[in-house]
Amino acid sequence: MILRDVTLLHGRRPAVHHLSGDFAAGSLTAVIGPNGAGKSTLLRAIAGLHPAQEGRLSVARERIALLPQAAATDRQFPISCLEVVQLGHWGRAGAFRALGPAERRAAHDALAAVGLEGFERRPVGSLSVGQFQRVLFARLLVQDAPVILLDEPFNAVDARTAADLLALVRRWHGEGRTVIAVLHDLDLVRAQFPRTLILAREPIAWGPTAEVLTAENRLKARMMSEAWDADAEACGLAA
Amino acid sequence: MFDLIFSPFVEFGFLRRALVGCLALSVAAPPLGVFLMLRRMSLTAEVLAHGILPGIAAGFLVAGLSVTAMSLGGLLAGLVGAVGAGAVSRATGGREDAALAALYLVALALGVTLISTRAGSMELSHLLFGSVLGVDDPALFLMAGVASITLLALAFAWRPLVLECFDPGFAAAARAHGGAWHMVFLGLVVLNVMSAFQALGTLMAVGLMMLPAVAARHWGHSVGGMTYAAVLIALLSSVSGLLASYHLDLPTGPAIVLVAGALWVVSVLLGPADGLLARLWRRPHLAG
Repeated sequence: MILRDVTLLHGRRPAVHHLSGDFAAGSLTAVIGPNGAGKSTLLRAIAGLHPAQEGRLSVARERIALLPQAAATDRQFPISCLEVVQLGHWGRAGAFRALGPAERRAAHDALAAVGLEGFERRPVGSLSVGQFQRVLFARLLVQDAPVILLDEPFNAVDARTAADLLALVRRWHGEGRTVIAVLHDLDLVRAQFPRTLILAREPIAWGPTAEVLTAENRLKARMMSEAWDADAEACGLAA
Repeated sequence: MFDLIFSPFVEFGFLRRALVGCLALSVAAPPLGVFLMLRRMSLTAEVLAHGILPGIAAGFLVAGLSVTAMSLGGLLAGLVGAVGAGAVSRATGGREDAALAALYLVALALGVTLISTRAGSMELSHLLFGSVLGVDDPALFLMAGVASITLLALAFAWRPLVLECFDPGFAAAARAHGGAWHMVFLGLVVLNVMSAFQALGTLMAVGLMMLPAVAARHWGHSVGGMTYAAVLIALLSSVSGLLASYHLDLPTGPAIVLVAGALWVVSVLLGPADGLLARLWRRPHLAG
């Protein structure tokens, strides 16, 4: 997956500014950076949900699974855990095809794998935040995608849930899938993620975690102004 | 008992016709109402129902009280309304209620004005409040046709509609064409509002769509369960409403909507899901 001089905009303001680099197949990368640094926008662009203003994203979009930040789904919707997990088959079953026994089996297995055996018929409205996040991970398991994008997957979940879900991320890495996760916990990144991208609208550093996560780079990222520059002129760095 | 329930329908052809029309409506409209409720779009249905009035008025001005002309006009106006409501919703980032309220007041005023230029208060009240007992053959065919199309389309669109309601972000990432399915859905709503207008009039056209759906929320924990409950409640309202209107000499459309309203109150009080009684009546808690 190769990015060439990618610029992503919100209105006319850059959310991600002239980013180049590549996510190697099978790599496990953490994306860190301050609030408003364009991390979520970058994931959405890779998943094909945000158009690139400039530059090129060479991505095979068909087989990407994206776990967005928790806020987007309607948690009061009358739907059971098993049904949510089975939505993961959408890429293969689409709108019309019935699910076969193997696919039903896969959904049950996925729920068991995230530690929610016996939750099949529970409505999602009755779940805690952490349990709901486990259900969404089960759906990712069912999607069985070679590229998995996680946007702050461990926010607002308890330590044990985070550890269980992290084990799944390690398993995906072991299976040779490409995983990109937006994270805030630097200790976690240091311990578990071989590669890191520090993003502060501009890319600050991208490479092996030990080389990237230096005090100097983190300071540079923190210097990013979160406020917009009212007098900003058109960017001279043409693609 | 037989006299009370069956003999009115056996004796009078116009009551049988009204019954068939309302049953068709009761099967097709409530499932749409369930989705509208789950998407928090109850107000949009109301806007669409009033939005068809200018079109119906235009049809009326051209051809008088003709089902075909008024339906065509209403259909066009309804589709314009659906697209307009969608545009307003996107432009305001989902905080559309004020603009929608403005839209439906304007549509209602425009429709009433247009009709009043040519018609007396008889026709006006017929168009605003409907006349279930005056449902003629063309209207009946229209209602039955709309009901059949709606059920078929819902059977096809069920899965994408549920997905688009529950998790639009996932639908977009999975390239499920949520927007297209949503437009199909709004088209169905317009068709049903049109069909309901024949019997209930524009002011209460959404009565059999929204009230059973809102009541059904207290009877089911799944979309499917709510849908069955909503259809049952609508069927019950139609039959009881028609009978009440016959025996007590009440206007038919309001009687049907009032029965649906009464069933809604009963559901709020007694329904097992979030009903008042279920909350107040403390049964001993379970052990695990």
